[in-house]
Amino acid sequence: MTERLNGPQDPPATIAGGSVPGPADTPRKQRRLGPSPTVAIVFLLPAAVLLGIWVVYPIVYSIFRSLFDATGSGFVGLGNYLTIFTDGSMLTTIRNNLIWVVVAPIVVTTLGLIFAVLTERIKWATAFKLIVFMPMAVSLMAAGVIFRLVYDEDPDKGVANAILTTVHDTFSSSQGYPEARPREGDQSQVAAQSGAVVTKQPVQAGQPVLVPIVGIKPEIMPGSAAPAKAAPPGNDLSGTVWFDFTAGGGGKNGAIDGSEKGLPGMTVEAVKDGQVAGTATTAEDGTFRFDGLPAGAYVVRLPQSNFQAAYHGLTWLGPTLITPAIIGAFVWVWAGFAMVLIAAGLAAIPRDALEAARIDGATEWQVFRRITVPLLSPVLLVVFVTMIINTLKVFDLVFIIAPPSVQPQSNVIALEMWRVSFGGGNNQGLGSALAIFLLILVLPFMIMNIRRFRRDES
Amino acid sequence: MTTTATVTAPAGAHAGAPRRTWVNKITDRLGSGGVQVVMILLGLFWLVPTIGLFVVSLRQPEVNSAEGWWTIFTKPAEITIQNYQNLLAGGFTSSFWNTVFITVPTTVLVIGIAAMAAYAFAWMEFPGRDGLFLVVVALLIVPIQIALIPVAIFYGGVGIFGSIPGVVLFHVAFGLPFAIFLLRNFFVGIPASLLEAARMDGASEVKIFVSVVFPLGKPAIASLGIFQFLWVWNDMLIALVFADTNNQPMTKALQSQMRQFGSNVDILSSGAFLSLIIPLVLFFAFQRYFVQGMMAGSVK
Repeated sequence: MTERLNGPQDPPATIAGGSVPGPADTPRKQRRLGPSPTVAIVFLLPAAVLLGIWVVYPIVYSIFRSLFDATGSGFVGLGNYLTIFTDGSMLTTIRNNLIWVVVAPIVVTTLGLIFAVLTERIKWATAFKLIVFMPMAVSLMAAGVIFRLVYDEDPDKGVANAILTTVHDTFSSSQGYPEARPREGDQSQVAAQSGAVVTKQPVQAGQPVLVPIVGIKPEIMPGSAAPAKAAPPGNDLSGTVWFDFTAGGGGKNGAIDGSEKGLPGMTVEAVKDGQVAGTATTAEDGTFRFDGLPAGAYVVRLPQSNFQAAYHGLTWLGPTLITPAIIGAFVWVWAGFAMVLIAAGLAAIPRDALEAARIDGATEWQVFRRITVPLLSPVLLVVFVTMIINTLKVFDLVFIIAPPSVQPQSNVIALEMWRVSFGGGNNQGLGSALAIFLLILVLPFMIMNIRRFRRDES
Repeated sequence: MTTTATVTAPAGAHAGAPRRTWVNKITDRLGSGGVQVVMILLGLFWLVPTIGLFVVSLRQPEVNSAEGWWTIFTKPAEITIQNYQNLLAGGFTSSFWNTVFITVPTTVLVIGIAAMAAYAFAWMEFPGRDGLFLVVVALLIVPIQIALIPVAIFYGGVGIFGSIPGVVLFHVAFGLPFAIFLLRNFFVGIPASLLEAARMDGASEVKIFVSVVFPLGKPAIASLGIFQFLWVWNDMLIALVFADTNNQPMTKALQSQMRQFGSNVDILSSGAFLSLIIPLVLFFAFQRYFVQGMMAGSVK
């Protein structure tokens, strides 16, 4: 076509002389052959047009548009920017972004480093990497749906609370019976006393205590409850806590009837002179027994903790925890990215250096802290900065995971920009100001990228 | 990858044995057994949420609202593809095809346009080349939000607001900086002698581009292709603004169901799972290129 012989000192005549990049800013070796700049323009044109219209022009337009009001007719100067920094809900939004930027990059980079180091010690490293890396391929929309399910508040449906309650119940056996109360009356041995249930008189071993309880909703009744039994007589202080209610009527108040169920998991205390002398837990048939309690008269007490609701985990999607919860989903998505980049950096570290340090008597921790981490610092920085940029732009996860009622508490700048301009706000002035604000926030990283690129090129 | 445990360092065997901090004790004691357990737990942590989505998508809404998906292991009979049948009968197919019609042209256009520009940046001399390339580097991280309002007004003016071409062009423009950056850095590494020989032989630039640069650039183009495909396939924001209901991709279609999450779990779980099958297949098939692209473009 139009190619011709061009010496490096012989730039095409159609070009204003001297503007061809000289060797100083072209680190690559000089070429003897090359097409005319016209050909270059043809090759660049489609990209230049697209970038010009869709990226560069919008930046300029947004700067102007941000100085006008919602309809675009009235000039408001920096008024829209003032709104960003004074409006209460906007400040919440900025605060949330601040939490994101401070927390998420550190967590992701640290986890990535830990994963990368640990994968070197297992044989199934490839499988592990694939599993952790996989969320990168999934849309943030799908990740959002995935975590809406994980964070379901009902521990019977959401995995997060299912795990929490299981762990909690393993360490604390108390089964909650909210709203339950003793059946009181003259024949009853027990009475309610400031939230707890106590025997009216001190009792002794050999006379089993009957603790009739009423007011238990069917859904709270544990599935393990067995028909109540009277405690077998013996030398220890014992008794029965049961649900004194016969379904369909009948049954005698204050007595254990055939169909009535024991209340398992109740904490029972033996109290003497205001001190707890012994603790027992009721069995599935409601019986309890204090082993090895010194003989004497005790007040038997069912402490208040029995009558509080059982532990149901955390309200992940409530106003308080929503941002940490979404950051959790973000970490799930990005940890694989950090791990793979850091693992590649790790593989490039000369093993000799590590081995030499070990032979010199350095511990694993010293090797890691003094050699591995410093040698990895360039890649750690890349991961960290990438995560900061990602957290500044976070949109989809917040939009999808936060339920409508807590959207104000979980809001972030990128989402607010969309909401203000398209999601009902219809204020393009404020929307443009938010977009420019976002651009200003990523500006330092833009400059950093340019500096790094120039350094790498020379 | 080396699998030899690095914990076997003979710490005590040397004179002047190091100070034993609690950290050493833990790392020593963890050994491979401890590491195994920790890694298995972590792996489960990353795997379980997706499995949960899959199981939920295979159960009736009534079952899902009554019990957790993990009970499936005791009641495998509850598995049904009813949700998927309902979803496909309810018009989800059209948003699947919209996703395809948005993603495939975008990927092809980005590769073609970026490869041309990248070749010019790598192997042609023209005034202001290095400065222009720095502009491309700067544009790498421009937030999409900046262009939403101006482009929406522009599309309204030329009458493509809401259409698939509008969505595609927006994606192409914002995909270009990364694409040009990635390909240019790869093309620069092509041996100069190959190009010079072709130019000596009198081959046109178009011919050199098509028959030398493009074939040699295949690994980088594959990396870029998979990245670009996944980005566009998974995008929600651009679709939210620029695609109307007839042209909406799966992400937007699903998003519109989010408001009643509880009562739409059947649609949302099966739709989300359908939307991630193709990305996952591509990811597993081309993970090598995926990782390469990530490394090369990590300045982004």
